[in-house]
Amino acid sequence: MQVHQQVSEYSDAIDLMVNMGPQHPSTHGVFRLVIWVDGERIVKVEPHIGYLHRGSEKICESEQYSQIVTLFDRLDYVGNLNNELAFCLAVEKLTETVVPERAEYIRVILCELNRIASHMLFYGVYGLDAGATTPMLYGFRERERVQELFESVTGARMMHNYIRIGGVKEDVPDDFDENVLVLLDHLKRGIDECDRLLSQNEMFLARTKGVGIITGEDALDYGVTGPALRASGVIEDVRVTDPYSIYSRFDFGIPVGSNGDCWDRYYVRVEEMRESIKIVEQAISDIPNGDISAKVRRIIRPPVGEVFVRTESPRGDLGVFLVSDGSDKPYRVKVRPPSFANLQALEYMLKDTYIADAVLVLGSIDIIMGEVDR
Amino acid sequence: MNMPEIVGLFFKASLLLFFILMVVLILTLAERKALARIQQRKGPNRVGFKGILQPFADALKLLTKEDILPASANKQIFWIAPLAVFLPGFLIWVTIPLAKEVVLANLDMGLFYITAISVLSVMGLLMAGWGSANKWAMIGGLRAAGQLISYEIPFIMAILAIGILAQSFNLKEIVDDQARWPFAIKQPLGLFIFLTAGLAELGRTPFDIHHAESEVVGGPFVEYSGAHWSVFYLAEYMNTFTIAVLTVLLFLGGWQSPVLPFSGIVQTVASLSWFLIKTALVIWVIFWIRGTYPRVRIDQLMSFGWKILVPASFINIFLTASVLYYALPHWVITVVSLGFLGVTFYFIKKGSLAGHKQNTVTIINSSDIRAQLSNRAEV
Amino acid sequence: MPMRESSNISSKREIKAPVVREYLDQRGENLHKILKESISDFPGAEISVSIDMVTVKIDSVQLVKICEFLKYTEKFGFDYLSCITVVDYEEDQERFEMIYHLISIRLHHKMAIKVSLPSNDPTVPSVLGVWKSADWFEREAHDLFGIEFEGRENLPPLLLYEGFEGYPGRKSYPFHDYGEW
Repeated sequence: MQVHQQVSEYSDAIDLMVNMGPQHPSTHGVFRLVIWVDGERIVKVEPHIGYLHRGSEKICESEQYSQIVTLFDRLDYVGNLNNELAFCLAVEKLTETVVPERAEYIRVILCELNRIASHMLFYGVYGLDAGATTPMLYGFRERERVQELFESVTGARMMHNYIRIGGVKEDVPDDFDENVLVLLDHLKRGIDECDRLLSQNEMFLARTKGVGIITGEDALDYGVTGPALRASGVIEDVRVTDPYSIYSRFDFGIPVGSNGDCWDRYYVRVEEMRESIKIVEQAISDIPNGDISAKVRRIIRPPVGEVFVRTESPRGDLGVFLVSDGSDKPYRVKVRPPSFANLQALEYMLKDTYIADAVLVLGSIDIIMGEVDR
Repeated sequence: MNMPEIVGLFFKASLLLFFILMVVLILTLAERKALARIQQRKGPNRVGFKGILQPFADALKLLTKEDILPASANKQIFWIAPLAVFLPGFLIWVTIPLAKEVVLANLDMGLFYITAISVLSVMGLLMAGWGSANKWAMIGGLRAAGQLISYEIPFIMAILAIGILAQSFNLKEIVDDQARWPFAIKQPLGLFIFLTAGLAELGRTPFDIHHAESEVVGGPFVEYSGAHWSVFYLAEYMNTFTIAVLTVLLFLGGWQSPVLPFSGIVQTVASLSWFLIKTALVIWVIFWIRGTYPRVRIDQLMSFGWKILVPASFINIFLTASVLYYALPHWVITVVSLGFLGVTFYFIKKGSLAGHKQNTVTIINSSDIRAQLSNRAEV
Repeated sequence: MPMRESSNISSKREIKAPVVREYLDQRGENLHKILKESISDFPGAEISVSIDMVTVKIDSVQLVKICEFLKYTEKFGFDYLSCITVVDYEEDQERFEMIYHLISIRLHHKMAIKVSLPSNDPTVPSVLGVWKSADWFEREAHDLFGIEFEGRENLPPLLLYEGFEGYPGRKSYPFHDYGEW
């Protein structure tokens, strides 16, 4: 009866403390959010992370450069290819490797498709957070198409280990171009369908509009990046403002919200999928023939120095900081995970909201715990 | 009451229970199949022909599961709660007629009895929430109490209007009164209120906030497992069926059909099937709503209930009563109700509940940003 | 182009390895120029370049001051702290190096601030008052490297569990100490 007494004690007081997570269906992994509620209203929240801390950065220090790519797969396990790319870019910058054109195009195509797949997962799960079951199935249907293409190219559905230092692992299959074009057709229709299903739904609007608002300045102050930052009206996309790989060649739009609420964060992602399709279309039309990898030595020994690269992963500004001491293993690898910084703003966003909003706000940040905890 | 009578009643009650159980089993499969159809998947298709034995497999699994009692739960309350939810729902069925002769006890105050009994299940949910000694369950139970009590009012008001119109609380007489026109035509506003409030009473999407998986992790049921959990499940589907049946009885003319040329037992069977077809249609609508809508938030639920449904139900009653009092033709109710519904929906669409239906996301072209950047290169 | 100081990394291992080339782009050159002018207000600040990143090395007492300067000065406007990194140079006197990567979203600059800390007293003033995003990064540094932050008391563990012994990010922390079975 101890717990009963506790409950009544708390209800005599103002706030009831509840644990959302680590085992909770809508914390997207092992995330624990301690909430103090007054009735249904949230008084205070306290996020706890670290349940998935595997010491990835430390493991990197004991692996050779080419072995680390596969560790990066396991950070953001939804946007794997983007993570691989970030690490390979860092090493290539350090070693001044020039990546062949064809490899660059393949990288961009796959990374953008990966972004679509990741946003589709977000779409499905966000619908589920809002209490609608159907978007989940729609989102996963589209994601499955992308995964099938990935399987045909990389041989894996999740942990690709495809983007390598200096290029990619192997050339794409012969029917890659046609497959991508067919996939894009499907995706265009699928995205429109998903958009029609949820975006303008009265109840969805009522749930997400004006909830979890964060202003652009505050978002920057908290280090929020990616779709969540753009939803607050800040025009910042590393692909354009600090271009890496060959992104400067493509013409695409950057969706920018104006309210910084949950709906904007949701819809920025939906629009971003459409823009990613544009990038893939341009890339697939002028993909050249040629090598798929630069000549890279089997054991890479970069010169002594430090490098910091920023890339735009599906969740935001993914930075990789690399310190090389000239040996075949990095001296220090630091990942700047976008979800980690985005999650810091959760406390701010959850001011004066309801329990039900907590789920939606958390969902709209789109965290991946593998990346937060590393 | 002599022995054979008691045995007969007992037999009838068992038959009713069996019927309800069968309906629930079919409904679980039907819901999964219907949702699967909406969501472009197959649904259960392994057990038996096209999965029709799936509910039995589920039932078997649930009954053989371990019944877990949380260490700090209040034992009595915890075990009684499922029954407290199930029994009121079941007791309603005493007076619900399925066809002209198929009814356990045709009470004259049938509707009154139904409204009185159905409220009791709130108690069960609260007990489950409290007895589990789980904070999520507690929040869920409190949500359920708030939701069910506030939607009880429009629910009863909609029923009252029917009573006024039919001049009777006897379900059989109400159905007989709809021989020519089903009350759905005379009471469109009432039908809307009844179905909406009914969905809230059931706690089904979009009003499933008290056992919302993604928020309160199943609410009052979070600590239950095995047989006790299945009783909650049973009650939920039984109540779905009850609401659908009541909708058909009160608004869609019950077993009344355009043509039923038969007589005797054949007619009973025919009218029963007709009745069940109508019920299935209503249930399909409920499933359909589940497949397409997200959940509302508790404050939105409350403001919708108190600010829209309750006033609307009072207007409905007032309208019906005055039309009958001044002996105006009944189509006046229809016209005014439809007008009122139209205005309500207009305000829902314009008002705060709908949010602001505009796209706040603009797309900025990358070339524009690049141009800006190159302008700014010379700091 | 300024010459790079000899890196303190090479002291760790005796490997004859080349040092990375620097190549600043136009934007970086500009930043380097205006930073060099402004930096003279801060005694002990040194400016250098690593690949394409302008780096300022500064004494830990000056850290908050320069951070505020960089954030609130119109021509810099570093409104976004990307990340805080700790590098453990085990054998050096100045054992820990804190690296703050700053990005100006408004002006599209990027730079790094470096602070070296001695091994016996790795204490650095907290920049939480300047950028709120420093919060978790500082807690992480405290968890994994045992860096103390002035102005923030009793940092609760973020990535590790309560009562964890040692600082697993440090080079000296035993890494492969589990046996196979």
